[in-house]
Amino acid sequence: MMKLLAALVALAALAFVPAFAGPYPLGLGIGILGYGVLATAWAMFSGPTRYISLATVAFFGLGAYTVAVLADVLPYPLVLLVAALVGLVVALIVGLATLRLAGIYFVIFTFGLTELVRQLVTYYEVNVTRTLGRYVFLPIGPEHIYWQLLALLAATLAIAFWVSRSRIGLALRVIGDDPDVASHLGVRITRTKLTLFSISCVIMTLAGAIQAPRWTYIEPSIVFNPTTSFLVVIMALLGGPNRLFGPLLGAIPLFLLFEWLSANFPNHYSIILGLLFIAIVFVLPNGVLAAGDSLWSRLTRKAVRP
Amino acid sequence: MSLLSLRGVTKSFGGLTAVNGLSFDLIAGETVGLLGPNGSGKTTALNLISGYLPVSDGIIALSGETISTIGPERIAHRGVARTFQLVRALPSLSVGENVLAALAFRKAPVWGRQAESHIERLLADVGLAGRAAQPADSLTYIDLKRMELARALASDPQLLLLDEWLAGLNPTELRAGIALITSLRQRGITILLVEHVMDAVRALCTRCIVMNAGSKIADGPTAEVLADAEVIRAYLGDDHA
Repeated sequence: MMKLLAALVALAALAFVPAFAGPYPLGLGIGILGYGVLATAWAMFSGPTRYISLATVAFFGLGAYTVAVLADVLPYPLVLLVAALVGLVVALIVGLATLRLAGIYFVIFTFGLTELVRQLVTYYEVNVTRTLGRYVFLPIGPEHIYWQLLALLAATLAIAFWVSRSRIGLALRVIGDDPDVASHLGVRITRTKLTLFSISCVIMTLAGAIQAPRWTYIEPSIVFNPTTSFLVVIMALLGGPNRLFGPLLGAIPLFLLFEWLSANFPNHYSIILGLLFIAIVFVLPNGVLAAGDSLWSRLTRKAVRP
Repeated sequence: MSLLSLRGVTKSFGGLTAVNGLSFDLIAGETVGLLGPNGSGKTTALNLISGYLPVSDGIIALSGETISTIGPERIAHRGVARTFQLVRALPSLSVGENVLAALAFRKAPVWGRQAESHIERLLADVGLAGRAAQPADSLTYIDLKRMELARALASDPQLLLLDEWLAGLNPTELRAGIALITSLRQRGITILLVEHVMDAVRALCTRCIVMNAGSKIADGPTAEVLADAEVIRAYLGDDHA
């Protein structure tokens, strides 16, 4: 209860940031919220099941493209709704096709899916609309994007909290531990995985849709950049994918670090990113929060010993 | 009426026929041993009944309804629970959550505060009272087996499949294990157990089915079956028959 209250207070405080922050800090805030949403949504499915999805940016990009295509035709709230539906439909199709795959096959498939979606969009734009990029002119300022992302983050955390306390959350953890045992206990595996995968993907799609007006100009190589998928995985793993605030706490320092790296070492950025990824997986397989917990219990255990 | 019935059940893996035309019935309330040398198809038979593997041919029915065409989660909902030959705990869950996983997804699910008393009682039944909060991966081998049994019982089964549940126990643990299974039998649960521990089979099973090379070679009262010449030959070779 105290935690919930603290979260609400923090949320209310964060809503006032645009009033004080200049354009650059506000931009950082948008980036952090965007990645915070993506990492939390990613961990909602991939944390308990240990299905490493690299399809994050496929849904993110679909959201952005939906806005780019429909912004002139439909009112903005309706555009967001359509984006969510597009995300849902693609998630269901992908989910039904892939969720029977396990381990490395799932990882490769989701990575391939991102490329496929990007190539399909590129093909359509080049051959049908005969333009590669699109302009997004919407009267939505950065502070509005910030607020929308903050609301989406709050909703995502609320859903993640509900999932962790509900039967479907337990089902997901059981599946992650041993799918055979899960089915013998009566867990409907495909339905469970598909439900959570879809929720997670719809949130990712919305994160892309909300941020679309920020770029003004979008093209497939920008919104379907596979690095985004990898970043989200690193962020969630750093913070700990099985904790409510873990992915968000991983997203904050890493986003700031990536910003700094890409500004100061634009040519070596990818190398550093790769090394960091390796280091996190080796050193902190359960995330910093879990590492902190085990360090804490080791220290306190020592203190008790005579 | 028979609770479980197998008719001509066959399972082939490529060229190997692991179970070949297996037919038998279990009457409700019976405790039956499924015996046979290693590789005779006992575990495969359990896997076919629980839906872990699909049958290649034949029909398995529970209370007259075919279950050999449906998946393991639906078979579980019909009232079949099992343990595995190699204990399969859910390692990232606590002992209590392992049991909760069965309570929460059975046909009449139990969840929330109501589940807590169920978990305590089920754990107490298998000798794990007060251990609900402990991480499952910290349990000893015998306690893991107990937990797996509590988890199977939490599904509220009519039919319990035990795959060498008594294997690897020391004499004291074995006695406790036999007493535990006896108490389940008294509750009216039908039990099919794959077992190599003959003392346990004699103590628990009124009837035994013996398999060799995928086929049934004997089926009858335990004492008779264990004295059967073909059974002894299958287990020990021709010289002993």
